[in-house]
Amino acid sequence: MAAPTNSIMSFTGVHKSFGGLKVIDEVTFDVVRGSRTALIGPNGAGKTTIFNLISGIYDIDIGKITLDGTDITHTPIQGRIGHGISRSFQNIRLMPHLSTIENVMLGQHTRARGTVDLFKPLGWGPGRRWAEMAEDALKRFGLETYPGQVVGNLPYGIRKRIEVVRAMMADPKILLLDEPAAGLNNQETTELQNLLRQVSDQGVTLLVVEHDMHFVRSLCEQVVVLNFGRKIFEGTPEQVHKDPGVLEAYLGTGNAA
Amino acid sequence: MSGYWGGILGILCINIIFAYSIFLPAASGQLNLGGAGFMALGAYSAAYLNTALELPMWITIPGAAIFTAAISFVIAFPILRTRGVYMVLATFAFAEVVAGVIINMEAVGGASGYEVPSFADLDVLAILAIATIGFVFYLLATRFGLSMRAVHDDENVAALFGVNVRMTQVMTFTIGGALAGIAGALYAHQYNYIEIQYFNIMISIFVLLYVLIGGTQTAYGPLFGAILFTFLPEFLRLPEMAGVANGAVLAEWRFVIFGAFLVAVMVFRPEGLITRAMVDRLRHGRAPEDITGEAS
Ligand SMILES: Nc1ncnc2c1ncn2[C@@H]1O[C@H](COP(=O)(O)OP(=O)(O)OP(=O)(O)O)[C@@H](O)[C@H]1O
Ligand SMILES: [Mg+2]
Repeated sequence: MAAPTNSIMSFTGVHKSFGGLKVIDEVTFDVVRGSRTALIGPNGAGKTTIFNLISGIYDIDIGKITLDGTDITHTPIQGRIGHGISRSFQNIRLMPHLSTIENVMLGQHTRARGTVDLFKPLGWGPGRRWAEMAEDALKRFGLETYPGQVVGNLPYGIRKRIEVVRAMMADPKILLLDEPAAGLNNQETTELQNLLRQVSDQGVTLLVVEHDMHFVRSLCEQVVVLNFGRKIFEGTPEQVHKDPGVLEAYLGTGNAA
Repeated sequence: MSGYWGGILGILCINIIFAYSIFLPAASGQLNLGGAGFMALGAYSAAYLNTALELPMWITIPGAAIFTAAISFVIAFPILRTRGVYMVLATFAFAEVVAGVIINMEAVGGASGYEVPSFADLDVLAILAIATIGFVFYLLATRFGLSMRAVHDDENVAALFGVNVRMTQVMTFTIGGALAGIAGALYAHQYNYIEIQYFNIMISIFVLLYVLIGGTQTAYGPLFGAILFTFLPEFLRLPEMAGVANGAVLAEWRFVIFGAFLVAVMVFRPEGLITRAMVDRLRHGRAPEDITGEAS
């Protein structure tokens, strides 16, 4: 199966089991370069597992993942960010004992690595520039009031957004967001969408897991639907609402908004 | 200053350096219960350079640091393959091996102890302790320090953002080894006599307690822990030394008081006495806000 030339990531014939339980079953899909793609499906469908496979937290049993033409199936976890993969987590995984700005600077780790930072504690040299860049990013997303605060104590909605900013700071080609709007109120959700549009306008491909179908319809132009570890649909948000299989498995059941 | 308090300050300087040697691995998530072994390596290598090769202290102390760091680097690889309680046991076992080897080495006195001619006075100890404090604060402020603390909080996520987790741990273990080597060398030069029986499990436990009770989140923790643990037992002895009636009772009970204090800290402040949030609060005068929103 030849991947479309405008595809940035292809996921081909992937299987994953946990102790005999088949969680991902022969899943194949492509993510179009520069697109905003949604990955949806009922609870337990395997969406988070797919993110864990792409980001290298789990090894895949059978199948192949390529990013921008490079086979990354067996790239170790800390090598994947160098290929342009960055992500957020469904259950927030910020570093609880680091401050907001330090969490954001962790996102820059790979980009800043070449620079000798012996003068960073003194506020000199390249370290200064990276810190300023992190501060700017926080400012752009309305988080500038929290830079020095340890994130473990911040409210949920704020931490959720910091996680998105951290993932962005890696300057990825593809950004994986696992339920970024979960637990946010309407205003925060709108802010998040604006933030994601800005990121997308800079040319970053977005792959978003989200249960909120309003969010999916207003942000994404492409949808992949999973059910029990199998792909049951791939198309536009308009088509997905007319697909009988999807309606039965997911949307029709009142499972999603 | 009386000889007594001078002696206590000397011990304090050594304890501070020793505490930081255990703090660095702990700050990146590894518990080292082999502190005595690393300190013994430093003490005996400095003593050997000083006695057998007649080298001066400005060589024996760095020499001990380099030797202990090299051994730490080599054993870091197998030790860091283990996790949690197994890592604690592996470091403990390493210290036992070191003691077993030294007690059988006649070249360094074996079981009967080893004389060390050069004397390091309080100035030398104080300068090195202050330098160590500065170094550790500095290290934590670098990008490497950020990686260390990220590895402590979540190895997987740190790796995901490109941090080389294994390298970070090996480096903290090695730098910690160098500091333990310096602490050992200073001990040897302060007392001019060492015996391997001193480097036993009790001092490994104590130094780990300085660090864990003080707190591993900031570089203030081990400093505070070392000061507290060095002075507290002495203060409990003061009434007796001053001849206060019943003062001896306090002195006799000091280990019980001490133990009760430890249990209280572990129950009420499991993250250590000095936490990051507390330091921030003192520094920026922020209102306390321990919601600890560890939701989901
Ligand atoms: N490490 C694991 N070990 C065993 N089973 C797992 C593991 N990770 C995921 N699973 C199982 O795989 C299935 C898919 O889980 P996954 O988290 O990918 O679902 P999801 O689509 O993200 O669901 P949700 O919408 O609830 O987040 C579930 O049945 C889950 O129990
Ligand atoms: Mg999920």
